Amino acid sequence: MLKQLFPVKHVVGYVASLVLTLIALVVLMDLPAAVEIGILAVTAILQASLQLVMFMHIGESSEKKSLYINIAFAIFMALVTIFGTLFIFVWGWYA
Amino acid sequence: MKWDEFFVTGDPLIYGAMVSIVLVSLAILVGLTYFKKWGYLWREWLTTVDHKKIGVMYILAALIMLFRGGVDAVMMRAQTSMPDMKFLDGQHYNEIFTTHGVIMILFMAMPFIFGLMNVIIPLQIGARDVAFPRLNAISFWLFFAGAMLFNISFVIGGSPDAGWSAYFPLAGIEFSPHVGNNYYSLALQISGIGTLMTGLNFIVTIMKMRAPGMTLMKMPMFTWSVLITSVIIIFAFPVLTVALLLMMFDRQFGTQFFTMQNGGMDMLWANLFWVWGHPEVYIVVLPAFGIFSEIISTFAKKNLYGYKSMVISMLVISGLSFLVWAHHFYTMGQGAMVNGFFSITTMAIAVPTGVKIFNWLFTLHKGRIEFTTPMLYSLAFIPIFTIGGVTGVMLAMASADYQYHNTMFLVAHFHYVLIPGTVFAVIAGFHYWFPKVFGFRLNERRGKTAFWFIIISFNVTFFPLFFLGLQGMTRRMYTYSEETGFGPLNMLSMVGAIGLTIGFILLVYNIYWSTRYEPRDTTGDPWDGRSLEWSMPSPVPVYNFAVVPEITKRDEFWFAKQEGKSLSDKKIEKIHMPSNSGKPFILGIAFFFLGFFVVFSWWTPAIVAGIAVLLTMAAMSFDRDDGYYIPVEEVVQSEKRLRGERV
Repeated sequence: MLKQLFPVKHVVGYVASLVLTLIALVVLMDLPAAVEIGILAVTAILQASLQLVMFMHIGESSEKKSLYINIAFAIFMALVTIFGTLFIFVWGWYA
Repeated sequence: MKWDEFFVTGDPLIYGAMVSIVLVSLAILVGLTYFKKWGYLWREWLTTVDHKKIGVMYILAALIMLFRGGVDAVMMRAQTSMPDMKFLDGQHYNEIFTTHGVIMILFMAMPFIFGLMNVIIPLQIGARDVAFPRLNAISFWLFFAGAMLFNISFVIGGSPDAGWSAYFPLAGIEFSPHVGNNYYSLALQISGIGTLMTGLNFIVTIMKMRAPGMTLMKMPMFTWSVLITSVIIIFAFPVLTVALLLMMFDRQFGTQFFTMQNGGMDMLWANLFWVWGHPEVYIVVLPAFGIFSEIISTFAKKNLYGYKSMVISMLVISGLSFLVWAHHFYTMGQGAMVNGFFSITTMAIAVPTGVKIFNWLFTLHKGRIEFTTPMLYSLAFIPIFTIGGVTGVMLAMASADYQYHNTMFLVAHFHYVLIPGTVFAVIAGFHYWFPKVFGFRLNERRGKTAFWFIIISFNVTFFPLFFLGLQGMTRRMYTYSEETGFGPLNMLSMVGAIGLTIGFILLVYNIYWSTRYEPRDTTGDPWDGRSLEWSMPSPVPVYNFAVVPEITKRDEFWFAKQEGKSLSDKKIEKIHMPSNSGKPFILGIAFFFLGFFVVFSWWTPAIVAGIAVLLTMAAMSFDRDDGYYIPVEEVVQSEKRLRGERV
């Protein structure tokens, strides 16, 4: 009964996502660049996984095939965007 | 802020627009009150979750936006029709080409396609509505809020003026200090959320709600194209969301993502914009390919040639569409290797597109072709679009592009792709599916007159621009001197623009004329169609299918007609339908005000509007409404009434 009235999973997810956002603000202090990027990368990955698991119900579907195709395509797109941008502005830049 | 910074002042054209906005709004309010239509409007339209009505509202909004974008276009052509023209000043011209681009792509082409998708997809796959009807209503109202927010900018605060691509540093706070580009970031953001949800909604609808027996490879081609488009939407739009958010932070909160100092990088905006922007082109053109496939196969009286290769080429196009974006900025400074890579991927897109063109030609081959209005648009599309495609391959060659870049040649190219590809498609689809929604056809003779006006004027308007571009006329220049020699061809283009205007007026007049005089269609299948939507009476009842048909092959309805078999002779059961809700509309209004206040950085009212948004969403999540049932007797009676006169 109490479980129905109080959605523990969602509240924990919500609070955790706020906490992760606050942690990311640590980069406002003067830290070495590598540490800052590291903090941002770790919190970003945690944040994304948190959203997927807590709110987007990943893995609750019985059909796994389309899920994997989707994740693979999403990762492909993200990598294309990141490495394509690096390709244009860093590795392939006319200098 | 003083009132003369709030309202746009000093231009007689704008004052005229203000007066007409006030008059039209008053006329609507008075008319609704006088004819006692407020209740009707609220019950039947503002709160509806019916996919057909939402589709109609999308199309209506798109037609209004076509008018707005068209007026912008005619004003641009008028300003450049003669050397040293004084019709518009530079600032006004900048604002008009910016709003023309944004409105035509995001608030005309996309909603028109979404409208046709909404009306037709559930009917083609044998579903009673989309998977998430209320989410669908939210999508529409967010789109509408974004569109209205963008449109008021030209009387309140000033329109964005940095081009539809809003390149930094020009669009940044340093060079565009007024609120125009805030409108850009917020209006696109709000309607973009709606678009993203539409994409999700249609993927789930098509994957989960097909009639029994309809496997993926038995779906109509339009449904396939919408499925692939929806996938592109959900992978491309998040990039725009992020880019617009960073733009808003740069302009209103002093961040330095796209500035030229403190580690910011202006070129990153162009990069992110086109990571979204190129797939966006395919978002508006793939459904158009689907529409043409349906129409060509219907009026050639043949099944679609090369169904499987059509599907595969669309999948290849959707994959390649994410790998070509740098061809929009070959001249930005990246090296030959980068340009070479993106040149090749770009040219590769011509291959699957060519496959589709040949499939359409082979579908026509030895067909019994009926020259109806939608078919005329589809036939005109093939050669005109090919000109657009071939000039596209010319532009794709990076080294040659240094000549064409940012000239009128490019402008001519993308109008030759987008107008036949998207505008002809939505007009053809509009004529083709009109009887399904309203129960009568648009008059053929008047439709064909409009067609010839549009098709000839289109070429007169845009073909000269190829030559102007090759002569060195750059895009977005608001005036030129007589010595340049650009005058005569620009004047010719102006003549074409007037012809296009007449063509579109004839098209709208045809809607009015047909509503009054065109005989009503009693068969539900006026074109002798092939897919499931024609198996129902027109206009379609609210529950769509009284019984969901069983599918055994492609074009099931066509073969059922040949064999004289009925698709709907099973036992009728009670039908579960979603109930209407006013909350999506309220959410749209709340988002509109949130966007408006943030544009002007009025934080207190913005926070209030933001709380209203959150409260509406909270109220929605506590809604326990499981819909309602239409009892069997009611379905039987309405089917009898609707099919009574059928042979």
